[in-house]
Amino acid sequence: MLKIILALAGNPNAGKTTLFNALTGARQHVGNYPGVTVERKEGDYHKDDFNAVVVDLPGTYSLTAYSEEEVVARDFLANEKPAVVINILDAANLERNLYLTCQLLELKVPLVVALNMMDVAKDRGMEIDIDKLSAFLGVPVLPIVARSSRGLDDLMAAVKAQAAGRLAPPDPAKVRISYGDDIDQTLLTMTGLIRDSGLLKGKYPARWIAVKIVENDEMLINEVKAADPELGARLLHEAELVAEHLMQTFDTYPEAVIADHRYGFIKGILKRGIITHRYDENRLYTSDRIDKVLTNRFAGPLLMLAVLFSIYQITFSLSALPVSWVAAVFGWLGGVLDAGLTDGPLKSMLISGVIDGVGGVLGFVPLIMLMFLCIAILEDSGYLARVAFMMDRIFRIFGLHGSSVMAFIVSGGIAGGCAVPGVMAARTLRSPKERMATLLTVPFMNCGAKLPIMALLIGAFFAEHQAMYMFGFTLFSWVVALVAAKILRLTVLRGAPTPFVMELPPYRFPTFKGLLIHTWERTWQYIKKAGTVILAISILLWAMMTYPGLSPEKKAAFVQEKEQISARYKTGSEERERLLKEVEGRRGAAALQHSIAGRIGVALEKVTWLSGFDWRTNIALLGGFAAKEVVVSTLGTAYSMGDVDPEAAASLGQRLARDAAWSPLVALSALLFMAFYAPCFVTVVCIAREAGSWKWAFFSIGYSTTFAFILSTGVYQVGRFLGF
Amino acid sequence: MLERISLRRMAKNQRGTITAVKVAGDLGRRIRDMGLVPGTEITVQGRAPLNDPVALRIRGNTLTLRNNEADFIEVEIEVDKAD
Repeated sequence: MLKIILALAGNPNAGKTTLFNALTGARQHVGNYPGVTVERKEGDYHKDDFNAVVVDLPGTYSLTAYSEEEVVARDFLANEKPAVVINILDAANLERNLYLTCQLLELKVPLVVALNMMDVAKDRGMEIDIDKLSAFLGVPVLPIVARSSRGLDDLMAAVKAQAAGRLAPPDPAKVRISYGDDIDQTLLTMTGLIRDSGLLKGKYPARWIAVKIVENDEMLINEVKAADPELGARLLHEAELVAEHLMQTFDTYPEAVIADHRYGFIKGILKRGIITHRYDENRLYTSDRIDKVLTNRFAGPLLMLAVLFSIYQITFSLSALPVSWVAAVFGWLGGVLDAGLTDGPLKSMLISGVIDGVGGVLGFVPLIMLMFLCIAILEDSGYLARVAFMMDRIFRIFGLHGSSVMAFIVSGGIAGGCAVPGVMAARTLRSPKERMATLLTVPFMNCGAKLPIMALLIGAFFAEHQAMYMFGFTLFSWVVALVAAKILRLTVLRGAPTPFVMELPPYRFPTFKGLLIHTWERTWQYIKKAGTVILAISILLWAMMTYPGLSPEKKAAFVQEKEQISARYKTGSEERERLLKEVEGRRGAAALQHSIAGRIGVALEKVTWLSGFDWRTNIALLGGFAAKEVVVSTLGTAYSMGDVDPEAAASLGQRLARDAAWSPLVALSALLFMAFYAPCFVTVVCIAREAGSWKWAFFSIGYSTTFAFILSTGVYQVGRFLGF
Repeated sequence: MLERISLRRMAKNQRGTITAVKVAGDLGRRIRDMGLVPGTEITVQGRAPLNDPVALRIRGNTLTLRNNEADFIEVEIEVDKAD
């Protein structure tokens, strides 16, 4: 049987996602609309013989082309022609919610209205005459409580009837909104022209096209011009005439007049006894009392810091145990392969490429799950909007949005975060430019993987001021990230700030089901989409650090040396073990230098001497692209020390402190470079996913590495000049 | 007596009625989409800790916008003659 398509449309915070979850359960599929970063959510609905695909359109307040969300919703309705559109309304916020309904009626989509949160409306002393509302709108209106799945059967029965075409379409005369004499006259002329020419027929209703042109909707105007340039010019001319007239006589814009009349139409309906308030409409509810504390001038910011800090704690400390389990499982797997396979390239690839790669992908999963769970709680409860409200003044200075704060904190705003969940936390931002600037700058924060390198170098060269240096780097990373955001917003991401105007929705308890679905689907997306790419890059990096191997002669020379030592000293003697380890260390260093990565490292010396790095540091920094903590172990190999445990690298530190190539100045230069150069590739892959294009991911690598190089070279050269 | 001022200049808990929204383009559209149209009654519910953005009570719900966005909204307020 052919499945019909149902679309869910409604304002953000109207309970659209809750209804979607209630209708589809766990049978959901999340993807992206082509070319944009807006999520496309689909799910199946079955009931008896009624089967449907439910598409959860992005939450919008209107159907202008103001945001990506609105464009997506509008295109979907026009192009895919869903059999029924369920418009979900927040009963306690009816007037504003009906604004979208008006536009859906004008678009002439087959509509069923679901009046949600009837319980809240009742608590607030509101009574809504549903039959009357239905009569005025000319479409079925059904009361529901999506949270507790009340009223869904009746709603779906109405949907089924609407889909089967058993309902009469609304009386056009009744739901035609008048926009005042001037505009109505123009619309009449334009509608006639559009009808006669058959412009975009079948896609949009003629009058809707006319309204959009008068509203100066650029997207639609371009579409009209492309379809019929001559008629387009004529229609635009009509629209300009009326715009001029309105400006001269009323000092206002057509779009303002249209909005006013839509609200007028809604008020007109609601006045006719549809809503009765038993209490003062603006009396304060529990939610407002909570806000008196949570957004209080003094208590608000303190409580917010406490909340952000606890999210950070929950994400990183609760995940420590499952992360160690994942590491243990993969360590065990590696051990099994190590014992079971003979030495050779296959074994090396499986252990260092595949197992480390898959382990790397899955190692982030507990982190990401917990972070998304925390974010889902904040989002669904309504607190995240308050965070944006309180932080906006500060973040706006740097061209960001109040909501950016989450991403910065998680990425390492408190030292020890991680940019991977941080980049994903930027999803809560709805303003495209501010979001992109956030994505590109959060990797500068002091993530947990940078800490072992800091501990190593600071411990070796600045031991007296260890705590101060560590803290200083965290503060400095904030400065760099925010200033970088400002610079990006003035250059590549130039443009006026996205309007901030937003709702502070009433506080609500998140539903358990909603939280689970939210958390799981986002985590799964990471595993599925980012995982495959990360695995491929992991294998590539392994190959670069391994091939080409040492020539047979050189290999033979090391083997011979080892044999000589074995012959000279007693088996099990300390001296013998030490010497063997020393030869093995030299062999590892020679192999690394010989590999592709090694050669790149040596070649890069021509540039990196400016900031004081030799080839060993270069290779280590290349390795850091896999994961920042790899810098420590690669440095260990390059200094012939064999495998160095990043957590216990004191001996490597002593080695560096003694080395002629290193000095406190070189260490500082290396620290700065390491803190701000290209993000690790897991972050890069996530940036590509979140930004919707690889272009931005490559840009991220390029600009941060350039910046880090300039910074470290500057510090090194000035330091040299000053005689350090 | 009635007086027209910009929304930015309204004090906490002050009531008023929107008389004009003087901005076109994305910002104007967004402001109107959210229900801030002439004739709407609003009350200033409060301001963020750094005085910006401002939170408004409108038809039993809360909206927030930045001060530089509030500049475009003209509000009619009641003022005491004694002032």
